[in-house]
Amino acid sequence: MKKTATDVLPAEGGLGNDPLLSVEDLHVEFATRAGLVKAVNGVSYTLSAGETLAVLGESGSGKSVTAQAIMGILDMPPARIPKGAIRFQGTDLLKLSEEARTQIRGRRIAMIFQDALSALNPVFTVGWQIGEMFRVHQGMSKRDAEKKAVELMDRVRIPAAKQRVHDFPHQFSGGMRQRIMIAMSIALDPEVLIADEPTTALDVTVQAQIMELLAELQRESNMGLILITHDLGVVADVADKIAVMYGGRIVENAPVHDIYRRPAHPYTKGLLESIPRVDLKGQDLYAIKGLPPNLLDMPTGCAFHPRCPYRQDNCVTSVPELYEIDPNRSSACHYWREVLDGTDE
Amino acid sequence: MSDIRPVGPTRAETEQDAAEQVMTVGVPETPLTVEPERKPGKQARPASLWNDAWYDLRRRPLFVLSAVLIAILLVMAVFPGLFSRVNPMDATTCVLSNARQAPSSVHWFGTDNLGCDVYARTIYGARNSIVVGVSTTIVTALFGGLLGLIAGFKSGATDTVLSRTTEIFFAIPQILGALLILSVFGTGNVWTIMLALSVLAWPMTFRIMRAAVITAKNQDYVIAARALGAGSGRIMFRHILPNAVAPVIVIATINLGGFIAAEAALSFLGVGIQSPDISWGLMIDSARDRFLEAFAPLLFPALFLSITVLAFIMLGDAVRDALDPKLR
Repeated sequence: MKKTATDVLPAEGGLGNDPLLSVEDLHVEFATRAGLVKAVNGVSYTLSAGETLAVLGESGSGKSVTAQAIMGILDMPPARIPKGAIRFQGTDLLKLSEEARTQIRGRRIAMIFQDALSALNPVFTVGWQIGEMFRVHQGMSKRDAEKKAVELMDRVRIPAAKQRVHDFPHQFSGGMRQRIMIAMSIALDPEVLIADEPTTALDVTVQAQIMELLAELQRESNMGLILITHDLGVVADVADKIAVMYGGRIVENAPVHDIYRRPAHPYTKGLLESIPRVDLKGQDLYAIKGLPPNLLDMPTGCAFHPRCPYRQDNCVTSVPELYEIDPNRSSACHYWREVLDGTDE
Repeated sequence: MSDIRPVGPTRAETEQDAAEQVMTVGVPETPLTVEPERKPGKQARPASLWNDAWYDLRRRPLFVLSAVLIAILLVMAVFPGLFSRVNPMDATTCVLSNARQAPSSVHWFGTDNLGCDVYARTIYGARNSIVVGVSTTIVTALFGGLLGLIAGFKSGATDTVLSRTTEIFFAIPQILGALLILSVFGTGNVWTIMLALSVLAWPMTFRIMRAAVITAKNQDYVIAARALGAGSGRIMFRHILPNAVAPVIVIATINLGGFIAAEAALSFLGVGIQSPDISWGLMIDSARDRFLEAFAPLLFPALFLSITVLAFIMLGDAVRDALDPKLR
């Protein structure tokens, strides 16, 4: 009914068997003064409609850079994508023109950011900013766009939306601002929504509300959701599957239940053990030893080996491939069996 | 804190309401605070950066004083006849035998070397000063601002070429450069002066705009706008420009006073406004030889010049304070 200008692009709803979005062997590097920073080294994942994929990893693991590559908002240069493909319903986004990508951004694939205060333009009202989506992409009149903005603000459960459309971002609380950001991103019913640490800047009670809202919106529209986070607790309830990233690689892929019960990579295991638990009150909290890898000077072999309790000699020399554990799971550890067994109670 | 109760009014909102009340209750009626009547029950429009700045400005004595002075000067420039019944452009009003009279009830500021009324000439001199100041400011703000926006947004080679170009202009002292340009033109009038000053002054606006754009460009909301499908033009003019324009407005206001002073200096040096046209700089120049015999022909245009320049610089200061939230 709408969206007529997307001729070059895959048809709505996808064609046949192609997954909604698949990232294939993606490499991203940054040319810096200090040298070539390899931020993403061969990341692959797929996302189907209605599915939630949580991408988990610490700062510098490449999770946000992967997302920015999907959106096409990396500054190139300094960034470069020497290898890989990002297929959106079968079409490789990396091969499209900038113009075609602008058509996709916001309309088919949208993104929400960590800090909604800085992601909203301070000089315009929230109604203007939400309405901008309709004015830019659909040429809607100012008045209609504002009406739509109020509807969307209702949809993301902002109380008294009608009175508040003319307010500016700084007049909202953190949670409300993130809701506005979400309203903007879902305005055009995108098929894929990428949420880059959507709750990191919020406090715990609000985090739960925002996650709930995202899950609800996803159920309503059957969009694919990529949830980027460093917080294991946030994703447990909403994610279907999890990809754990370390040093620009995916180290473990698994359905959400398996990963919490039986991690198959020492890094994932370390992350899970670092979560404070009530039943272990009084004991020392576990922490993964050492520091995240320096992307300018990656360790040889497995990037995690300097910090790994399961390390053997060959970890230092040979890079582990992603071993398939079962059809839904994989782990990039030579000794995944030992790790799995070690957590088997 | 406010996150715990996302349903109620946020703190910012309550503060806003309080500010709104102060605004409607505590402000005495002055011509500067005329506001459209708010309909009861309708939500008051909340404060944007500009509304905030305006609200803030109206409370600054510095702003009120300079605004009043500038308003008077503008009226003087447009309708000098309102202030003086004598038209100094009419040569018959100058009587040579009245030369160098002291201020009196007939000639409020005395008369000059040719017996012309200094008061009338000072009033009529405002126009040229204001025209040069305002037009130079507009031209430099538009030209320098636009190039600065492009350079800051595009970066890379475009930026390098433009930035190095401005550095060449920075190396030229303003008055000397303008002197050179005007002597090439051969004729000094408001438009050639405007041109000469603009050529030398746009790099300043360029730099400020460029810096502001670079700051704004890397803000999350610009990246977010891109991620939500805004094109380059839209990002540049809708998202970056409104966030980068404040420092340019400030510097433009402050520069305006400087341009007026520069016009007077050029006219004083003989390459600016030419007689029989009237300019404060020209008046000061012609009065300086006989200064010891008659101080009035020099004092009054100099006084008007100083007050005008001061008024614009004070305005610029007030605007800067109002637009820079960190100084609040």
